[in-house]
Amino acid sequence: MDCSHVFEFKFKRLIVVFTLFSAFLMVSLGVNAQVDTAHATTETHGETTEKKKFEIGKFALHHIADSHSWHVIGETYIGLPIILFANGSVVTFNDSDFHHDNDAKVVVEKGGQRFVKMHEKIYLASAVANEHGQYVELDEKHHPKNARPLDFSLTKNACTLLLSVVLLLVVFISVANGYKKRHGKSPKGLQSWMEPIILFVRDDIAKPNLGHKYERFMPYLLTVFFFIWFNNMLGLVPFLPGGANLTGNIAVTMVLAVITFLITVFNGNKHYWKHIFWMPGVPVPMKIFLMPLELIGIFTKPIALMIRLFANITAGHILVLSLICLIFVFNSIWVSAASIPFAIFIGGIELMVAFIQAFIFTILSALFIGMAVEEHH
Amino acid sequence: MDLLIPEVGLVVFQTIAFLLLMFLLSKFAWKPVLAAIKEREQSIDDALNKAELAKQEMARLTSQNEELMKQARAERDEILKEAKVLKDSIVNEAKTSAQTEGAKLIEKARIEIENQKKAALAELKGQVSTLSLDIAERVLRSQLDDKAKQQDLVASLLKDVELN
Repeated sequence: MDCSHVFEFKFKRLIVVFTLFSAFLMVSLGVNAQVDTAHATTETHGETTEKKKFEIGKFALHHIADSHSWHVIGETYIGLPIILFANGSVVTFNDSDFHHDNDAKVVVEKGGQRFVKMHEKIYLASAVANEHGQYVELDEKHHPKNARPLDFSLTKNACTLLLSVVLLLVVFISVANGYKKRHGKSPKGLQSWMEPIILFVRDDIAKPNLGHKYERFMPYLLTVFFFIWFNNMLGLVPFLPGGANLTGNIAVTMVLAVITFLITVFNGNKHYWKHIFWMPGVPVPMKIFLMPLELIGIFTKPIALMIRLFANITAGHILVLSLICLIFVFNSIWVSAASIPFAIFIGGIELMVAFIQAFIFTILSALFIGMAVEEHH
Repeated sequence: MDLLIPEVGLVVFQTIAFLLLMFLLSKFAWKPVLAAIKEREQSIDDALNKAELAKQEMARLTSQNEELMKQARAERDEILKEAKVLKDSIVNEAKTSAQTEGAKLIEKARIEIENQKKAALAELKGQVSTLSLDIAERVLRSQLDDKAKQQDLVASLLKDVELN
């Protein structure tokens, strides 16, 4: 199989790698700076000022993690519904019942069961509070040891997921209607925005990798491409309809990678499986040696897909957050002169990464499926 | 590390939502869109092919027309040439026939003139002889009157005759 077209995007990958690298660099710089300032303040002002110190790591991680409430502006939050399966019964209530508690200090009693929320995760509450007033038992790393109910809450990510599904349906059904309305004519409006991208997916992703069998996989490739792209861009919007980090969530990328994996496995022809279990054209000991390697390869490909998307989008978010947070870390408005333009610049790159990551996920999916369905002559 | 552990709830939601999205989009969006794009590309290809064919047809017709024009021109030249030859031959014929006719007419006229001349001469001869006889009669009559004069007259007559 000719894989050369995959490497044409070396430059873009370079940018992605650079972004990742700078993300981690900035985070570590930020954390160091925070430690330094913390030291400085404790030295000069004693313990009282320590409460004010800005924890950039926690802040960034909190922002990219899933949440049971949706931040609107200032101190206003929308509490999202919580749906739990605990001990064989369904329990529903709203996140606002926790009164913004995120430290397992407020207990909600529903359906004869008691729940607390800590770091945006719901736990079954302990009978009595610990010495900090928390209704959980903590291990030495401050992680709760309590059992968790099955959490099917409509979290921020789940709501964004529904929103993006509705958005995608509205956009592409209206595009499809455009084709019905202007049958055989040139595209117009939204249709002419989307048509080049649909053609790009068809002609530059599906056809080169899948050959004449491309049509069967077009629905998946198009859906996954636009799903990732739209959600990447929604994630870049810092306020209400956006703000969630859906494609930077490992659960989402895992499901997408598993679907690619299943399509690859179920469409693999006998040549594909022969190449995995009994590599033709090599001596028998080599065949035995290659079998486990090839078997691992089946799984590493989708795992790489999962990690790549998750890491790229998460890194982008952390990078922008870190740059903004530098102002608060140094506690000086003058830092914004450097960090705001930098954050805008990275935001621009993120916009590109949003597209590139959707593209890379889709083209690699097409490549893996193509390897499975390829006919050998 | 919490980031790396997938939440069960979101996994379930994502699976259901994504599969539903894929089903709905492929039914209501991708199928008609891809079909429409393919159809349009087909029609564009067809139109281009037809245009190409029309161009070829046009070229063929043009070359045919040129051929016809060339033939027509050649034919015209041929006809003109023939007409010229014919004209020349007619003119020549007419000239020769006119010449012969003229010659014949001249000959005829000459013969006529000759005949007329001969007739006139003959008539003249007759008149001369009558006249001579008249003269001779009168002379003889007067001679009969005077001998000397007779002799003179005869002499003069003879003289005339000799001169004649």
